[in-house]
Amino acid sequence: MTWETVIGLEVHVQPTTRSKMFCGCANSFGDPPNTNVCPVCLGLPGALPVPNAEAVRLGVVGALALGCTVHPTSIFARKNYFYPDLPKGYQVSQYDRPLATGGAVRCESPERGPIEVSITRLHLEEDAGKSLHDRYPRRTAVDLNRCGTPLCEIVSGPDLRSPAEARAYLVALRQLLVYAGVSDCSMEKGTLRVDANLSVRRPGQSGLGTKTEVKNLNSFAFVEKALEAEYHRQVGLLESGGRVEQVTLLFNAGTGELRVARVKEESHDYRYFPDPDLPPLVLAPAWVEAERAGLPELPTARRARYADRFGLPGYDVGVLTAEPETGAYFEAVVAAGADPKAAANWVMGEALGSLRETGGFPVPAPRLAELIGLVTGGAVSHQAGRKVYAELAAHPDHPPGVVAERLGLLQVGDESALAGWVEAVLAAHPGEVARFRAGEAKLLGFFTGQVMKASQGKADPKKVQPLLRSRLGP
Amino acid sequence: MSRALEAARATARRLEAAAPLNAVLHWSAAELEAEARRADAQAPAGALYGVPIAVKDNIVTTEAPTTCASRILEGFVSPFEATATRRLRAAGALIAAKTNLDEFAMGSSTEHSAFGRVHHPLDPALVPGGSSGGSAALVAAGVVPAALGSETGGSVRQPAAFCGVVGVKPGYGRVSRAGLVAFGSSLDCISAFGRTVADAAAVLAAMSGHDPDDATTIPEPPLAPPVARADLRGLVIGLPREYLPGDLDAGVRAGVDRAVEAMRGLGATIREVSLPHARYAVPTYYVIAPAEAASNLARYDGARYGVRRLGPAGDLASLYRTTRGEGFGLEVRRRILVGTYVLSAGYYDAYYRKAQQVRALIADDFRRVFAAGTDLLFTPTTPTTAFRAGANTADPVAMYLADVFVCAASLAGIPAMSLPIGRAEGLPVGGQLIAPERGESLMLAAAGALEAALDGTAEVR
Repeated sequence: MTWETVIGLEVHVQPTTRSKMFCGCANSFGDPPNTNVCPVCLGLPGALPVPNAEAVRLGVVGALALGCTVHPTSIFARKNYFYPDLPKGYQVSQYDRPLATGGAVRCESPERGPIEVSITRLHLEEDAGKSLHDRYPRRTAVDLNRCGTPLCEIVSGPDLRSPAEARAYLVALRQLLVYAGVSDCSMEKGTLRVDANLSVRRPGQSGLGTKTEVKNLNSFAFVEKALEAEYHRQVGLLESGGRVEQVTLLFNAGTGELRVARVKEESHDYRYFPDPDLPPLVLAPAWVEAERAGLPELPTARRARYADRFGLPGYDVGVLTAEPETGAYFEAVVAAGADPKAAANWVMGEALGSLRETGGFPVPAPRLAELIGLVTGGAVSHQAGRKVYAELAAHPDHPPGVVAERLGLLQVGDESALAGWVEAVLAAHPGEVARFRAGEAKLLGFFTGQVMKASQGKADPKKVQPLLRSRLGP
Repeated sequence: MSRALEAARATARRLEAAAPLNAVLHWSAAELEAEARRADAQAPAGALYGVPIAVKDNIVTTEAPTTCASRILEGFVSPFEATATRRLRAAGALIAAKTNLDEFAMGSSTEHSAFGRVHHPLDPALVPGGSSGGSAALVAAGVVPAALGSETGGSVRQPAAFCGVVGVKPGYGRVSRAGLVAFGSSLDCISAFGRTVADAAAVLAAMSGHDPDDATTIPEPPLAPPVARADLRGLVIGLPREYLPGDLDAGVRAGVDRAVEAMRGLGATIREVSLPHARYAVPTYYVIAPAEAASNLARYDGARYGVRRLGPAGDLASLYRTTRGEGFGLEVRRRILVGTYVLSAGYYDAYYRKAQQVRALIADDFRRVFAAGTDLLFTPTTPTTAFRAGANTADPVAMYLADVFVCAASLAGIPAMSLPIGRAEGLPVGGQLIAPERGESLMLAAAGALEAALDGTAEVR
């Protein structure tokens, strides 16, 4: 007996704005508790919300990047529930009239190949504060810095069929939103958060099984792990004759276990109704079209362009387009005159190495292009080029040619200089010379190596071999 | 001594003398003098220089506590100032006192205050109306020439009628709600009381106009003070028949008849009109206002400010239950329960959604009448004159019906006002003018002409 997995994801993304969704407080992460607060986000009596135009714009940009229909009128609604980190006793969200509906994200399923995941809706809302249960023993502390920060909630259709697919979707979704400039989508900073819904059913069955929701997922890897665990939990229940209850579960990344946080009977009646403090959000269609026209190049288009224009293999295209900054750097190197394939190799090797270590690209693109030129032109060997790169990373203002010379890494292609090393090597190895002349052709590599050694790596191997042949020739 | 300081000291003496009304929750002579000094330091002096204005205690001011006449906010001082009072101060006014009200503005008699009921200035056994009863009583008693109230469903017009003063509710969004403690946000309007139409109009003008801190304000500059008119020539005044039922109080009826004759005498064309959905105004109001109130009052949970009662169990649910159970009075708790009910899953469509649909029909009634050539509507403000304290406290529906003529304009969001049109058996009768959207200036000008032509304190029969 097999089971089919059905997964849908709710993703909360925090758009990168300077201020909060409905007040002027800073939208920043990691400040001392309760310092970015004002009467509006504290929900003081008499305080009123005023929508942040940039948060709305980023929501629209995100919706357009996901191929959604942006609605000319959407409505802010109040989601009512009591909790200490929710100062107004309600969260301003959007309910039956969301900002946008009906988009799609294309991604590569490890099991099924290319798939299209439907986006049911994207809506704007404000975040709640943070309850800190581990700060003081037996007490809960509340930090309201996050309260009122803007969020886009993105709800996928129940289109995902495996935990690995869910992860592939998240990678593609994140990439789209980062490319579009909506958010940095950092799970570490909490600017991207995932709630996952999973149910199982028999293959061919058209209805959906009872779904559960898994929360507290701190990385894409944990999403996949938690969903695996939940799949097994549900199948275990069903195969032992039990039933799946509609529950909310928390994933413990340390133990890999799921714990029931809330059963259906405890679920809130949120009593949504249109927020009378906020007029309907009306967007001029011409403005939406201008935002659409202003969208930056998105991952799919960039991948196609890298394959077509630069003739790069699929692997390279994937690595170079994973983050928009990597592609931008690569293109700057090519624009500065480097051969695209060589540039791809250098960016994927040395430059991404730097990015991992330092968080940036220390060598200016024109300098890297110059260095690539030196290597492809034979002035320095590939090996020596990496040493030059390391030096450039520390001194980005030094020209690569000068650095190579200073380090004594310039290759020698001059015949007379090469001839000296060649003669010396042949003179030092008369036995091998005799064997070569007797037909042992593979010894050419040995001689080349000896010449390189004698020249301390400076000899240009492409010029050494013809020279060796002519001297060893009959 | 500056005129402002003189006014401050005279107001302090009158406030002291008016203490038996229980109309004031907070004032001090020192603060009044500080207000005068501040007004004197301002240049230019401003249109309201030295005018003492009382403020309903659900409008936040930074110098005094704002309690909403509720135990749950006892001692609460706002860190920010309402836009309306900030603008009044900028115009030179002195904030004289914070006035008593029905708790969170929920009531029609100012009996539902956690700090005791307000007495009618003409007879302490009577109520002044509500919920802005404290402000109305202070103006009627001559303590201040003008005061701020708030309207959600008639809470300024109704007490103005009961106390015999002018009460003006502007159109929704004309005055910023920033700093008005929310009750029914889609209905709430800071409104003005005055001894005269001109006084109320001047206060309204000074605090009106777009406010970037309130997304629901009308994007227009402040109102200009109305141009006085000597007559009502060329105006068509509509009398909605639904507002003149056969069983209307005889004294109120006589007052209306006399006012209508006066308007005819001023050259107005009087026309009978119909607002067929008017009779649904009170039930519609008592779905929408409690729904919004239930949500707006969720923030008073004891977690951050105001009163905190941990409760026997000491856990979160107990904190909420005890703080809110003990902090809110009966009427507030009743409305929170009603509001929670009408928004609940399974009841939303039958109550809240239906009420919104009826609200649209009520607004359409007004639009249709005004589009058909009626300039203003005239009605009684209340079905009776001021009633005795305790008369309606046991029957909430009877209390709600005190607002039967004032709720519709609130639901439609259009300007409306009450002015004294005479007295019946010694008690004030109020007449209501209702204007189309953005018709405040015409309404105030017509009211001024009517005020001049009528002796508002004369016995009507």
